[in-house]
Amino acid sequence: VRRKGVLFFAQLAFTLLVSAFLIVPVILSMLAGLTVNYLVGIGSGLTLRWVAEVWGGYRDTIFRSILIALACLACTLLLGVPAAYVLARCRAALARVLEELLVMPVAVPGLATALALILTYGAYGGFRTSFLFILVGHVLFTLPFMVRSVLAVMLAIDLRTLEEGAASLGANFHQRLWHVVLPNCRAGVLAGSLMVVTLSVGEFNMTWLLHTPLTKTLPVGLGDAYASLRLEIASAYTLLFFVLIVPLLLAMQRLARPRAPAGRQGE
Amino acid sequence: MRRDNLWLSCLALPAGAFFAAFFLLPLARLFLVGGGVIAYASILTDRTYVSSLIVTLALAAATTGATLIISGIAGVFLQRNAFLGRDALIAMLTLPLAFPGVVVGFLVIVLAGRQGLIGDVTVALTGERVVFAYSMAGLFMGYVYFSIPRTILTVMATAEKLDPRLEEAARSLGAAPWQVLRDCIIPGLKPALLSAGAICFATAMGAFGTAFTLATRINVLAMVIYTEFTLQANIALAAALSFVLGAVTWAVLAAARTAAGGTVAAAG
Repeated sequence: VRRKGVLFFAQLAFTLLVSAFLIVPVILSMLAGLTVNYLVGIGSGLTLRWVAEVWGGYRDTIFRSILIALACLACTLLLGVPAAYVLARCRAALARVLEELLVMPVAVPGLATALALILTYGAYGGFRTSFLFILVGHVLFTLPFMVRSVLAVMLAIDLRTLEEGAASLGANFHQRLWHVVLPNCRAGVLAGSLMVVTLSVGEFNMTWLLHTPLTKTLPVGLGDAYASLRLEIASAYTLLFFVLIVPLLLAMQRLARPRAPAGRQGE
Repeated sequence: MRRDNLWLSCLALPAGAFFAAFFLLPLARLFLVGGGVIAYASILTDRTYVSSLIVTLALAAATTGATLIISGIAGVFLQRNAFLGRDALIAMLTLPLAFPGVVVGFLVIVLAGRQGLIGDVTVALTGERVVFAYSMAGLFMGYVYFSIPRTILTVMATAEKLDPRLEEAARSLGAAPWQVLRDCIIPGLKPALLSAGAICFATAMGAFGTAFTLATRINVLAMVIYTEFTLQANIALAAALSFVLGAVTWAVLAAARTAAGGTVAAAG
C-alpha cells in the first residue's frame, strides 16, 4: 500500500509539472501585457496602456478574424453537414475514398496548401486581395473537422432504423432529413461548429501566405507584433487573442466532457 | 429510401465541387509547378534540402516520442485516480488545444527567451542566464507544448476502456509494476498511442508558426519553403519542397492508420 502511495505522488507531481509547463507561460504573457515595464517586473505597476495601444492599432484584425470565422462556420455547415450525411448513408468503397480525401487538408501542411492556392488563383486580383481568399483556405482546413464531428454522431445514433421508421410512416427524403436526421445530430453540429470557429480564429500557417496588407487577421497581426514590437505590446495583443479564444476552448471542454448518466445522448 | 440516391448525390455536390476546385486542382498545379520528376530527384540529391528534411523528420520524431511519454503518464494517471482538483488539472492540460503555433512560439519566448522565466530562475540559482528559446531546443519545446493537450485527450479516452482486471491478474501473478506497464498498459494503449502519435508527427512536420515566431536559423523544411518562396522568389523550388513535405506527412499518417486499423481518422 505504501509503495502505491509513493507511485501516486510521483505521478501527481509529474502531472502538476506538465500542467505548470502549459499554464505558467500563458499567465506570464497575460501579466506582461498589463505590466508597465516587464524588464523591471510586476513591481513597476499595472497598466492598460499596452492593451489600449493594441486596440487602437490592430482592432481591425480582431474584427476581420471574427468575420472570417463566422463566414467559415456558415460555409462548413452548408458544405460539411450534407457531405457527412452522404458519407453516413453510403458505406460503399467510394465513400471511403472520399472520406480519406476529405482528411487530406489536415494532413497536408498549410504552407503547401496556401502555396498551391496562390499558384492557381493568385492571378485573379480581385479574389486574391479580398478576404474571400483567406476564407477559402480556412474552409479547406476546417471542413474535415465539421464533417468528422457530424459523421461520428450520425454513425453512433443508428440513423438507419430512425430513417426506416420515418419512411415507413410515409416521410419523404426532405422530411426525414429536416425532421429526423438533423435534429438528432445537433450535438455533433455544435461540437463541429465550436471546433471550426476556434481553428479559424487561430489559423496562421496558411493565412500568413494568403493575406495581403489589407486583409490581416489576428494571428497574422500577432506574427507581425512578435517580430517587431516590444514584449509588452506583443503580450497585450496576445492577451486580446486569449480573451477571444479561451471562452471558445472552455465551451469545447464542457461539450466534450462525458455526461455521467448514460443513454441521454442527443438531448 | 431506395430512390434517395439522386438526392444524396445533390447533397454531396457542393462539398465535392469546392474540394476539387480549391484543393485537388491547386495540388495538381503545385506538383506541376514543382517541375516534374527530375526536379524532385534533384531535391533529393541536394545536400541542403536532404539535411533539412532529415532535421525536420528528426525533430518531428523526437517531439512525438516526448509527447507520447509525457501524455501517456499524465493521461493514464488522470484517468485512473480520483482526487481533489482533478477536473481543474484536466482543464489546464487541455486548454491549449487550439493555440496557434505563433502564439506557442511566443509562450516559449516568455519561458525560455532573453527576458524569460527560466533565465530568471537560472540567474538566481547559478548566476548564469540560460536562454534556449531561439534554438532547436526552443522549437522542440514549442512542438511538445502544442502536442500535449490533444494527445492527453486521446490517451484518456482509451485508458478509460482498459480492463483493470487484466492488470490485477498480472499483479497477483507476481508481475512488477514495470512488467504490468510493459505487458498490460502499453499494449492496451497502443491504438491510441499510434493514432495520437501520427497526428503529432504530422503536425510537427508542417508546423510553421512556432519556427516563424522564434525566428531562428534552424532549417526545418517549413522555414526553408517560406524563405525560398518569399525571399528568394524561387516558386518552383518552394512548390516542389511543399509537395515533398505534404507527401511525406500524408504517407506517415496513412501508414499509422493502417497499423492502428482505422482509428487514426477518429483522433484528428
